[in-house]
Amino acid sequence: MALDKPYKDVPGTIIFDADQSRKGYWLNQFCTSLMKADNRARFKANERAYLDEWPLSEAQKQAVMARDLNACMQLGGNIYFLARIGATDGLSFQQMAGSMTGMTETEYREMMIRGGRSIEGNRHLGENGDAQPQNQPQGATHKAAPAARKA
Amino acid sequence: MARISASVYTSHVPAIGVAVDLGKTQEPYWQPLFAGYELSKRWLEDNRPDVIFLVYNDHATAFSLDIIPTFAIGCAAEFEPADEGWGPRPVPKVIGHPELAAHIAQSVIQDDFDLTLVNRMPVDHGLTVPLSLMCGQPQAWPCPVIPFHVNVVQYPVPSGRRCFQLGQAIRKAVESYDEPLKVQIWGTGGMSHQLQGARAGLINREWDNAWLDQLIADPKACADVPHIDYVREAGSEGIELVMWLIARGAMSDVNADGARGPAPTVRHRFYHVPASNTAVGHLILENN
Repeated sequence: MALDKPYKDVPGTIIFDADQSRKGYWLNQFCTSLMKADNRARFKANERAYLDEWPLSEAQKQAVMARDLNACMQLGGNIYFLARIGATDGLSFQQMAGSMTGMTETEYREMMIRGGRSIEGNRHLGENGDAQPQNQPQGATHKAAPAARKA
Repeated sequence: MARISASVYTSHVPAIGVAVDLGKTQEPYWQPLFAGYELSKRWLEDNRPDVIFLVYNDHATAFSLDIIPTFAIGCAAEFEPADEGWGPRPVPKVIGHPELAAHIAQSVIQDDFDLTLVNRMPVDHGLTVPLSLMCGQPQAWPCPVIPFHVNVVQYPVPSGRRCFQLGQAIRKAVESYDEPLKVQIWGTGGMSHQLQGARAGLINREWDNAWLDQLIADPKACADVPHIDYVREAGSEGIELVMWLIARGAMSDVNADGARGPAPTVRHRFYHVPASNTAVGHLILENN
């Protein structure tokens, strides 16, 4: 019997389950290695060379180097492990979380001060809240220039 | 005999620890949050326990994907604050209580809860931020602390019901310890927050407060809330709230197979948005 995954229809959300964990095992273990100062220094000196020491897929390596946390999550990363990359870069959890929405750092921070993202329209796929796939990416930059983005 | 005198519940947002460590608690962003813990700090001074049993989750700090224990009890004499990548927090080391920890492990495991015993475990913000919120910046924490880790990072995570049952077994264990210790049990994590994806920043004030009402008044029903409700309503990281049910299950008005004590007194209740990405909830319940 397949694992029951009732969380698959929550928009904008990847649950770190056994399948994701298998996919991301080395990605997350690489992240854990960044808890040592020596490894952080070696990674910073030559990211590609450091990543090549780990059995990551090319897509995982590219996602890390691009600091594309959404791609890292899709490829099996977990936010608490990925946070080691952010820590290496000197980023806070708020900067990391915000980077996954498309909003600028200021926009995301202000959303939180206003009380955070609303649950309305964001419970199930198929609704029309701001976290739904059809409404990505978020933030004024993207809303202001859809034509430019297409070009 | 030892007894559980009270339970404390609080979020453990890492940015709160940073605000304390960098002296930012009186800045406009943080002041309303720390004001909500002023009463709590005075209360803890007036009601100092002999031991704190502190339920929290390690955030991929002591436990990588090498080993993922569902429930782990810290049995060591001391625990160092962890380097989570930003350097260790400048807070006192945590002094454990190996004798009581070993006693609780023995009692709870023989009561069919298969705990993992841990003797070496750096403790991360999940454990040190609640201590900072409740104690400020002392030279040493006010009493020994038994760290108790719950896996809420990789699925499968334990159900609310299992956590609630475990709390009852922990109380039984404490009450069978010979020394007359006053023990507080703290449940930490939550409330609504999501740190990932397009839904990052989710806060559900209404759900959080209804959950708090139920945790206080009808904890058994609260324990039956399924995982998917936490994920959908309180965000992917809102699942941490199951840890509060361990502390609630240890209160004397809860007893699945025998006499129950009176309902606890709600000494303090506080809710604030935001701390970084997170809704902060806080309760103090005293046994009567």
